[in-house]
Amino acid sequence: MSSADFSVSKRRVFRDELIGLYGVVERNLYLTKRYFLWDLAFLLWTIANTLTIVFISRGVDISAAQRNELATKLLVGGVIWAFLGIIFEIVTETVAWERWEGTIEYTFMAPVSRPVHLIGMGVYAVLYGLVRAAAIFVAVVAFIGIHLPHANYGAAVALLAIASISFIGVGMMTAVLPLISPEKGTQLGFVAQGLMLVVSGVYYPVSVLPSWMQWIAKISPATYALRGNRDQILHGAGLRFSDVWPLLVIGALSIPIGLLVFRAGERYAKQHGKLKRSG
Amino acid sequence: MSEQAVVVRDLEKVFTRRKGLQRRRRSALKGVSFEIERGECVAILGQNGSGKSTLVRLLSTLLLPDGGTAEIFGYDVFKEARAVRRLVNRVSVEASFFKKMSASENLSYAARFYGMTPRQTSAQIPEILGRVGFPPDRRGEAMENLSRGMQQKVALARALLTSPVLLLLDEPTTGLDPRSKQEVQSFVREIRARHDSTILLCTHDMKEAEELADRIGLLDKGELLFLETAAEVKARFGVETIEEAFFAATGRSYEDERTEEDEEREVFA
Ligand SMILES: Nc1ncnc2c1ncn2[C@@H]1O[C@H](COP(=O)(O)OP(=O)(O)OP(=O)(O)O)[C@@H](O)[C@H]1O
Ligand SMILES: [Mg+2]
Repeated sequence: MSSADFSVSKRRVFRDELIGLYGVVERNLYLTKRYFLWDLAFLLWTIANTLTIVFISRGVDISAAQRNELATKLLVGGVIWAFLGIIFEIVTETVAWERWEGTIEYTFMAPVSRPVHLIGMGVYAVLYGLVRAAAIFVAVVAFIGIHLPHANYGAAVALLAIASISFIGVGMMTAVLPLISPEKGTQLGFVAQGLMLVVSGVYYPVSVLPSWMQWIAKISPATYALRGNRDQILHGAGLRFSDVWPLLVIGALSIPIGLLVFRAGERYAKQHGKLKRSG
Repeated sequence: MSEQAVVVRDLEKVFTRRKGLQRRRRSALKGVSFEIERGECVAILGQNGSGKSTLVRLLSTLLLPDGGTAEIFGYDVFKEARAVRRLVNRVSVEASFFKKMSASENLSYAARFYGMTPRQTSAQIPEILGRVGFPPDRRGEAMENLSRGMQQKVALARALLTSPVLLLLDEPTTGLDPRSKQEVQSFVREIRARHDSTILLCTHDMKEAEELADRIGLLDKGELLFLETAAEVKARFGVETIEEAFFAATGRSYEDERTEEDEEREVFA
């Protein structure tokens, strides 16, 4: 009998990877559909949370115009906080949710490549995050009555999408943690979110921070997203190169680093039997 | 010479467990070697903790070994994992699905990772569900509403949907009622008859092993004590049943399951 030939062409591999990517997005849509009411409840919580921050502007003794500007700055901070939170959450679920359902072994033994799998999760996270961020924005603006006559929404969404490349990269690094600690790993995603935003000037200008934190702010993608979005919403600024290039550089570094970190974590998990042990 | 589907050489796996400050090493596989020919069905018997699932996970690229090699159709399982993954699929004790999603949705998700398009899955899923004896009209129901037996059929369908040339079955019938067990077993027979697949079946059930497999292996505390036809096993030990062969090979009776705790207690006794 001749030896079997199971090799496949490069083209076939590429096609299969695209289908795999589609499959990840499709599965997330199924889950969003199934958990729609829960997601809605969580959205309400986020809106309430954002309101608690934006209302701070109402209690400050300044002119009406200044108050409107402060409310807008706080709102942009709150919306980006929520956006980043949802991205980290969804990317972290790559492992956490499948571990919980028990499907992780089937997913990890499938021939799709891990980068494609993770990028699929990232793509969905960004799409879902943008829709959600828009809903929070609209709800809070309507509720508090903020005036935004100059806002450049197109540029704001575009900048957020560019910043998301870096966010996904950082998300991949935290996504691996549930592989190493199934119980507590997910929570470190929140730690990453909080640390990134505290240095990036989420509700205040970066200039109020101690100088060592300002230095870290320079390498945080959220800094450029917050700065750019504030100018876009308040003053109608366009997509500025000075915001875009740092985001592209950070994104170009964080995605490969994220993939490497994830790969190392996956190796560790396979070495030590952390994927699953029962059966 | 006939073609080898699986070639395993001196495969070793050690797990370390932390107990307080101590680290305890436990050898799950202690240098296991065997081959499976293409088209063959091999059953591996073994008690709890003997290393069956560890072996299956190593061959599924879900664990990395601490020694030894494994090849599947000539591909190195640990160095050419991508190529191996296209050829292998697996059914294990737990069905493992997204509980809120339906059978159809779960199967589509799994199949996309093997390059199956929506057009292919929408045609093949009802067909394959019908073949495993799952009522196709229930394929839109959430998995959590299905019985264990039903879920296990969906798990079989998931494995078959991707047309694996090597099928790893890790206790596929454990915990099923007699009727579901029968159905799963007769389906395994059907796969053998209709498809070009090689099967590695890990099981607790001696009768199942004897009925379904060409050769029977015994894994005991991480060591493969033998792997040959039922007749050869019986002849070697001069006994009538596989159960007696187990006793002859290990000095223990098969029912006498010892838990890990028992063994550990023994160490301190
Ligand atoms: N991921 C893991 N981490 C630590 N120890 C493990 C892991 N997986 C298996 N072991 C240990 O390795 C040994 C073999 O386990 P394995 O699951 O392979 O046995 P098994 O034959 O499948 O048992 P069962 O019949 O109970 O399914 C056991 O002592 C088990 O505790
Ligand atoms: Mg097992």
